[in-house]
Amino acid sequence: MNLLVLLKMVPDVVEELEIASDGAGLDMDVARMALSESDDHALEQALLLKERMGGTLAVLAVDAAEVDDALFTALAKGADRALKVDAGEVAQLGTRALADLLSQVIADGHNLLPVDLILTGTQAIDDLDGLMAPLVAHQLGLPYIAIVIQVTPDPARRVASVVKEYPGGVRGRFEIDLPAVVGIQSAERPPRYVPVAKVRAAMKTQRIETVQAPTLADGGTVLAEVKSMSKPEETGRAEMIEGTPEAASARLCGILAERGLV
Amino acid sequence: MPGNIWVLAEHWRGKVSEITFEALALGRDVADQLGSKVEAVLLGHGVKDLASQLGAAARVISTDHEALAEVVPEVYAEALAQLARRERPAAVLTPLSNVTLGVGTLLAAKLGASAINFCKNVRVVDGKIEAHAVLYGGKIETKVAAAAEPVVLGIGPGARLADAGRSAEPPAVVDEVTVDLPEAQPIRFKEFIEPEAGEVDVTQQDVLVAVGRGIGSRDNIALAEELAAALGGVVCGSRPVIDQGWLPPSRQIGKSGMQVKPRLYLALGISGAPEHVEGMRGAELIVAVNTDPAAPIFNVAHYGTTADVLEFLPLLTEQAKALRG
Ligand SMILES: Cc1cc2nc3c(=O)[nH]c(=O)nc-3n(C[C@H](O)[C@H](O)[C@H](O)COP(=O)(O)OP(=O)(O)OC[C@H]3O[C@@H](n4cnc5c(N)ncnc54)[C@H](O)[C@@H]3O)c2cc1C
Repeated sequence: MNLLVLLKMVPDVVEELEIASDGAGLDMDVARMALSESDDHALEQALLLKERMGGTLAVLAVDAAEVDDALFTALAKGADRALKVDAGEVAQLGTRALADLLSQVIADGHNLLPVDLILTGTQAIDDLDGLMAPLVAHQLGLPYIAIVIQVTPDPARRVASVVKEYPGGVRGRFEIDLPAVVGIQSAERPPRYVPVAKVRAAMKTQRIETVQAPTLADGGTVLAEVKSMSKPEETGRAEMIEGTPEAASARLCGILAERGLV
Repeated sequence: MPGNIWVLAEHWRGKVSEITFEALALGRDVADQLGSKVEAVLLGHGVKDLASQLGAAARVISTDHEALAEVVPEVYAEALAQLARRERPAAVLTPLSNVTLGVGTLLAAKLGASAINFCKNVRVVDGKIEAHAVLYGGKIETKVAAAAEPVVLGIGPGARLADAGRSAEPPAVVDEVTVDLPEAQPIRFKEFIEPEAGEVDVTQQDVLVAVGRGIGSRDNIALAEELAAALGGVVCGSRPVIDQGWLPPSRQIGKSGMQVKPRLYLALGISGAPEHVEGMRGAELIVAVNTDPAAPIFNVAHYGTTADVLEFLPLLTEQAKALRG
């Protein structure tokens, strides 16, 4: 199996998010970037498939703050290659532009082809102008399915059996022709932990291959314009119970008692 | 003439989804502002009868094809693209649900159109469609203008009340139209897998103690179990808790999990991502405990506190026990 995982960095929402002075984006000096959570699951699923079936595993991302960390971590976990697309000064690319860049890099070769499965996260928290997996599938002319929690390739038949989530705990099984692009929701097991020492070792012994950004036919179309960003309005917000945890819990207990809930 | 507003009428296992009615209500508001009409697009196989429920739309465009029996995003997007090229709607509203996710992105890609995801409202400003979208797990809201028509809008749940998009009357016009889809498809639906029945049914509880990633570890679930016992409720959780294996899948609340409407929903260490909130926003009383004062859960909760959940939980359990006597 030749596996390719597309990784994307997103602002870490555990940290405070600040709006930039132009009011139309995040202040990227304040934001801390982290690997998109479902991309981490996509990587885990790919690592499991590689362990099970052999083959190669490459990870590919567009340059962004902290992306080297994410790529070296992937190498430390067992990826064979890590590629980074140098997109120059482009600060905040939409998912559509990122997908265009990644698809073009894949199509250009870089020893990424032939590929059997391209895995990436189902959805990232900043996928405002589209989702990565269907965009890449569209560009490369490959079948696509997402919200996937199980992938079982059958290389001999050139198909994979995939399980996707529906609402209410229901799941659906599909058969998909390979090669394909699969949007992973959760890996079969939680993403593995890799000790910092191992990541440091990977930084010393392995390298990230840098690829110059290809020129896109339509110049990376911008099809939606962010006019403004803001924090959610304070209206309808919870009544906050202040004070020590003891006082707050006593107050809450009182509220529950009033409503006959205790 | 401004183009019409289309709503992809999602249905699943023979039922029109609630989000379809919500999107119809939203679509009608947008069409009114634009001076055009809202139309529903019903794609499927053997489900033509569902059109009668879509009376909130001025017209239903109904397409029956074997390849449309289950939603495969590529196939649905292709059908929609063919229809949109013929009729040139101003906007296509597609539900961002587990059934339909991906269709909107592919449709926009096929049409070379704008796509705007995570919409919770859509308005017309100076004659142009402007979406109000929710980003970063609910932490930021943004206003986005489409740069090209048509615009494909991914609609999250709760944009309007579903009842506002229901109609006792059938639609005035139902047009049955055909699309040209390939016989052989690279993605083939095989079967549904029903969820394993849990030992408790979270949808039937008055009191739910819900834990999120903020609970920290499997061991701490016991703290929540104690509180649930004291309140006569049960423990449920957000996706990461279930993914970690700390609680069984039957306890997951949200988009992929269960929809619940208990009398009390205690959200402990849950950020309040839209995919979680859609499963619990109907609860009568929502109380959130989260150390992050900017956590979006506080936008749906009635009461909140920024206490550390590990500190708060034993205290509340003690006091609840004392009150019960
Ligand atoms: C297609 C799709 C379907 C999905 N379906 C679901 C679903 O069914 N259900 C679901 O829940 N999610 C679902 N998600 C995932 C969802 O987007 C979020 O990732 C998830 O809900 C986050 O869970 P969380 O709030 O527990 O974790 P986080 O977002 O990580 O939040 C943890 C919170 O705990 C707080 N915290 C940390 N430590 C403490 C402490 N000591 N005391 C108090 N607070 C603390 C933090 O401030 C933070 O707000 C789905 C996503 C997609 C894309």
